[in-house]
Amino acid sequence: MSGAESAGTGDDDVDRTPVPNADVCVVGAGPAGALVADRLAVDREVVVLDAGPRFDPADRLARQERAIRPAYDRPDVWDVGGERDAHANSGERFYPLNHARVKGIGGSTLHWQGMVMRLHEDDFNSGTARGVGPDWPIDYDDLRPYYAEAERELGVAGASDNPYAPPREEPHPMPAFEPSYSDSLFAEACEELGIDMHSVPNARNSEPYDDRSPCVGYGTCQPVCPSGAKYDATVHIGRAESAGATVIDRAPVQSLEHDADRVTAAVYATPDGTERRQEADAFVLACGGVETPRLLLLSDSEAYPNGLANTSGHVGEFFMDHLFAGAGGTLDEPTRQNHVGFYTSGCDGFYDDADEGQAPFKLEFFNYAGPSPVEMALSGDDWGDDLLERLRAGYGNHVAMGALVEQLPRADSYVTLDPERTDDHGNPVPEIHWSVGDRALDTIARANEVQVAVLEELGAEVEWVAGPDATGPAYHHMGTTRMSDDPAGGVVDPNCRTHDLDNCWIASSSVFPTGGAMNPTLTIAALALRVGDDVTAWL
Amino acid sequence: MELTRRDAVAALAAVGATGGVAVGVRRARDRADGAGSAAGDASAGGSSDHDGDDGTVRATMAAVAEVVYPEEVDGIDGFVDRFLDGRLDGSAHESGLREAVDELADASRAWYDAPVEGLSPDDRERLLREVGADTAEEDPDGTTAERVRYYVVNDLLLALYASPTGGELVGIENPQGHPGGAESYTRGPP
Repeated sequence: MSGAESAGTGDDDVDRTPVPNADVCVVGAGPAGALVADRLAVDREVVVLDAGPRFDPADRLARQERAIRPAYDRPDVWDVGGERDAHANSGERFYPLNHARVKGIGGSTLHWQGMVMRLHEDDFNSGTARGVGPDWPIDYDDLRPYYAEAERELGVAGASDNPYAPPREEPHPMPAFEPSYSDSLFAEACEELGIDMHSVPNARNSEPYDDRSPCVGYGTCQPVCPSGAKYDATVHIGRAESAGATVIDRAPVQSLEHDADRVTAAVYATPDGTERRQEADAFVLACGGVETPRLLLLSDSEAYPNGLANTSGHVGEFFMDHLFAGAGGTLDEPTRQNHVGFYTSGCDGFYDDADEGQAPFKLEFFNYAGPSPVEMALSGDDWGDDLLERLRAGYGNHVAMGALVEQLPRADSYVTLDPERTDDHGNPVPEIHWSVGDRALDTIARANEVQVAVLEELGAEVEWVAGPDATGPAYHHMGTTRMSDDPAGGVVDPNCRTHDLDNCWIASSSVFPTGGAMNPTLTIAALALRVGDDVTAWL
Repeated sequence: MELTRRDAVAALAAVGATGGVAVGVRRARDRADGAGSAAGDASAGGSSDHDGDDGTVRATMAAVAEVVYPEEVDGIDGFVDRFLDGRLDGSAHESGLREAVDELADASRAWYDAPVEGLSPDDRERLLREVGADTAEEDPDGTTAERVRYYVVNDLLLALYASPTGGELVGIENPQGHPGGAESYTRGPP
């Protein structure tokens, strides 16, 4: 079936009854939940519950059409929004939560960009190495073997040409994508300025891998890859199901029943209006940096009056994202943009200059600067020769750079419940209170200086700068159930098990004490694999 | 620049339609029913009796394409016909497309006393502007103007500019939506 309107919302004829004698219940079918489920399903009875639907793979092209056509906003591509996804904002900065997530089997990897960098060694020791923020209770070396395994699991195309990357033990599973034509233009300018360019790791097949296609260049990576070349968590959900796991979609968990030191059941709703209870020996919460703290807060009780697993008081606190800094303009020559939707070169040369006053940041050289002609063609009041003239004038010579900047955990940046508004099941919606400090804002300005210098060296006319006043989030939700050795200092221990509950783990970027400036999914995946090992050992 | 069968196949691939067996069955049935006869039975895609028949849809879309496509494009009739082979696939989109075409055809008969394909190019363009399809923002559930923009004008523009030939008109041989491989981005300008 063709047409953007033709994408369905899943099959209702599904058995959503609880699984008897489950060993493990995983809440959330994004990358963390999928990897945990896959790791445990061979030897254990595993159930995965997800609030969203099981999307039909046959609808991928219809969703791509939604991504291109102006009638659809970004959340429409994966059916995000409505009362199910209602939320509130109360901070100094608006947070567009429903642009930042997908609910359903595969989670936000369905719409992600697919960049998979490892955090740097100092990211695990920010307090000690940079003088700000907490240290993680684990080091890079603790995660290093899990990083390598995560790269194999997701399928990462990369090279070892980045002199600033942390040490690695083996090549990436696939060769890196070749640099773009515009990378070659940037390279000349960067060489003049003494700025090192290098390849970037993509969770996207540069060659056939894991029975999935190589990239075929649809150019709509974010928010949808029709070819399956970009990794998404349906891969590991499929594997987990093949190994015997039960995956229940459209089953939003309403609360976690518990006693003083254990979770006993996940209470979930189903589309037919019934509520059911999934019991299990162990529970793994993997619903991201917003819904995970929300679920804990919704599960308050006499034993945990401030929210489950919240003796520390830190559930929901320290909400962080990465900040975007960017600049772009035009050249007087073709730059060959928008053939693909991912970037192929970056610069981490400024990353480890970080200290108390400057945050780590990484630079990105875009391959998708300026407008896409097909998207331009669908807006405007012209057609025929006039439209073609406009497209030719608007496309062809843009260049742009981006950057991600770390923000520190702050007491005034948090996720809580909005008592005034409820979702489609009558539960208080998440309230985002997002605040950004001066260190991050100053670093955005610093990143802009570098970007403008590169663009000017390139001979570009700089036409826009996304600086401290125009920054926005990169849609990486972190920090809201932070990891800490000290039960008073965090929600989970170094193994990502909650301090309060013996049988409850959290696999999510919500456990990050600090965020660094690298896209978080590879670290999420590495931690999830580690959680799988810890749950196995505990069972 | 000639629009080819490859362009039509590429345009269909970009929107998730393939044409193929179902189209062959439909065309055989249409021939049996006589050219231009109503194809609005349920098995043909849930369209209502009121919706435009295949002949009207194809003729109207080709006539509109001659207005909204640039002059340097050739092969429009065959391109649009093949694109519709896949688009008229029993989907919700087909139903909306037929309804929008039908409304445009009704307006043409009411205001110009002729079907869309019977109008001169200038009158066809005037009709589209009088319907409001030039300034409307596309909306599959909107007003007539918004739906004509969505299902007729923008469907045709999407088909053209997501195809290799349409992309090359603008200077990009692998436009967004077209799976043209992961090599062209590495190449410099021709």
